[in-house]
Amino acid sequence: MSHNLSAFAYLIASICFIMALRGLSSPVSARVGNIYGIVGMVIAIATTLASPEVLSYTLIVIGVLIGGSIGTVVALRIQMTALPQLVAAFHSLVGLAAVFVASAAFYNPSAYGIGTFGQIEVGSLVEMSIGTAIGAITFTGSIIAFSKLQGIMSGAPITFRGQHLLNALLGIALIALVVWMCMDQGAPKFWMIAIVAFLLGVLIIIPIGGADMPVVISMLNSYSGWAACGIGFTLGNTALIITGALVGSSGAILSYIMCKGMNRSFFNVILGGFGGESAGPDAAMLKDRTVRSGSADDAAFIMKNAGSVIIVPGYGMAVAQAQHALREMADLLKEEGITVKYAIHPVAGRMPGHMNVLLAEANVPYDEVFELDEINRDFAGTDVAFVIGANDVTNPAAKNDPSSPIYGMPILDVEKSGTVLFIKRSLGSGYAGIENELFFRDNTMMLFADAKKMCEDIVKALEQ
Amino acid sequence: MTSMQPEDLIRKAEALARHAAELAQQADALVAAATRTTVATPAGGDHFIFLFSIFVLAVFVGYYVVWNVTPALHSPLMGVTNAISSVIIVGALIAAGPTDMGVSKVFGFIAVILASINIFGGFIVTQRMLQMFKRKPKK
Repeated sequence: MSHNLSAFAYLIASICFIMALRGLSSPVSARVGNIYGIVGMVIAIATTLASPEVLSYTLIVIGVLIGGSIGTVVALRIQMTALPQLVAAFHSLVGLAAVFVASAAFYNPSAYGIGTFGQIEVGSLVEMSIGTAIGAITFTGSIIAFSKLQGIMSGAPITFRGQHLLNALLGIALIALVVWMCMDQGAPKFWMIAIVAFLLGVLIIIPIGGADMPVVISMLNSYSGWAACGIGFTLGNTALIITGALVGSSGAILSYIMCKGMNRSFFNVILGGFGGESAGPDAAMLKDRTVRSGSADDAAFIMKNAGSVIIVPGYGMAVAQAQHALREMADLLKEEGITVKYAIHPVAGRMPGHMNVLLAEANVPYDEVFELDEINRDFAGTDVAFVIGANDVTNPAAKNDPSSPIYGMPILDVEKSGTVLFIKRSLGSGYAGIENELFFRDNTMMLFADAKKMCEDIVKALEQ
Repeated sequence: MTSMQPEDLIRKAEALARHAAELAQQADALVAAATRTTVATPAGGDHFIFLFSIFVLAVFVGYYVVWNVTPALHSPLMGVTNAISSVIIVGALIAAGPTDMGVSKVFGFIAVILASINIFGGFIVTQRMLQMFKRKPKK
């Protein structure tokens, strides 16, 4: 395949990828978009296979078969509630692949037309080391994120003295190593870059708490794109550069949206240490106050006599796998002629859009599901707000307590509705470690139970 | 000069010829490099600037396209970006492509496996997610 022809094919592939993202502007066009993505990938791979550099196909076929079958099995078997950790695991693979491609280019640069071993052009070396460093950070960072999400590691932030100083020093060491390697082309320096970056990836993610995972996942998504971009520059491959840039900016935008959803700056999240310790200033005072708790029958009675219900799901719903029972409950309410809507906070769950996927899995039509901005005004005119597994995103302290760590965070105004039904396993604080004064309001009824069990009990009570 | 043997002369001449050949090779490489830069320059800077322009434009495209993605589909967005970023497989294929075995080929092979997991896994899981998004049935 001639050089111009393959460059043109890569351009087509890139356009397909843009169309894949474009399709996601609506659920209707999204499925077609995904097909575009697959077509783009097939074109990109076929073009590379047809290029004169690729002569032996045995290992390639074996590699694709092994990887393809692992990927297929995992993707088909994974539970939708485990989606965040799956995505984190996938990001780690992109990062590691970037490291391997860069090292392959380092040892056999002539295959990529960037010189010979030990005689690589300096520009290519810089691009290669950037690709390696970002790839390596993505790899170990994603592994830590995966472990925290999967529960292998505690979600609590791990902090120690001099942490930021250590990270800064490692960052400087990384840059120094890149400069040094460019001067003498030494293989040991190349591997030291990778090792320092691996270490940095771990250190960057461990201080970030479980509730900040949506930002972390988006950020790692972004990194995996930039890593691909760095490699794209080394190879002079436009498809790789364009795709890397698309993914990089996509992840960056998602991180921005998530940070805005928590009213925190990106650096505040990255520096970490948020959550874990109890931060509520008036926690002791709240302990003396009484809460009104109710049973499934009470909840069923209240909702049956309501005209409208807004359901507010959170990560707790995912943990309890309560989405199916919840939808059954909502169906029964709808049969009674009650309007049921769902309100989703941008940072509900452990990854962007997590709740939407779980509700979709439980066959909740997507036109009943609303974002914060679309629905927040409706709480005032709603009879019942049904909070299931969410906590911090409903905490009124974000609006009226300037000393609260979450002050200024946009929240769902559930307290404005007639009655708040709040499912929770105990009176503990949320992931941010903050007491929720909503529990003690007169119009709140706490339903102390596992989210799934409670929904099932309410269904039973409604059926009677 | 009398001590100079014919063998020595031949050896020296050979060394000189080798040196001349090397110089000629270097000159060739310089010419090639020079043409590369002079050919590329009028079109708008050298090769790096050309790639960099593509990069910057792609960032802009990404920015505007992604802001258009509905928040409800942010999870599938992560799935699909994850799948397409595995287009890094093109680099892995080139590394795994040569006929002779070497460390570079092994690295390429590993990268092919890793990227394939992502491509298949990413697209399939995205498809699974998207298939679940349904509209309210019309009454």
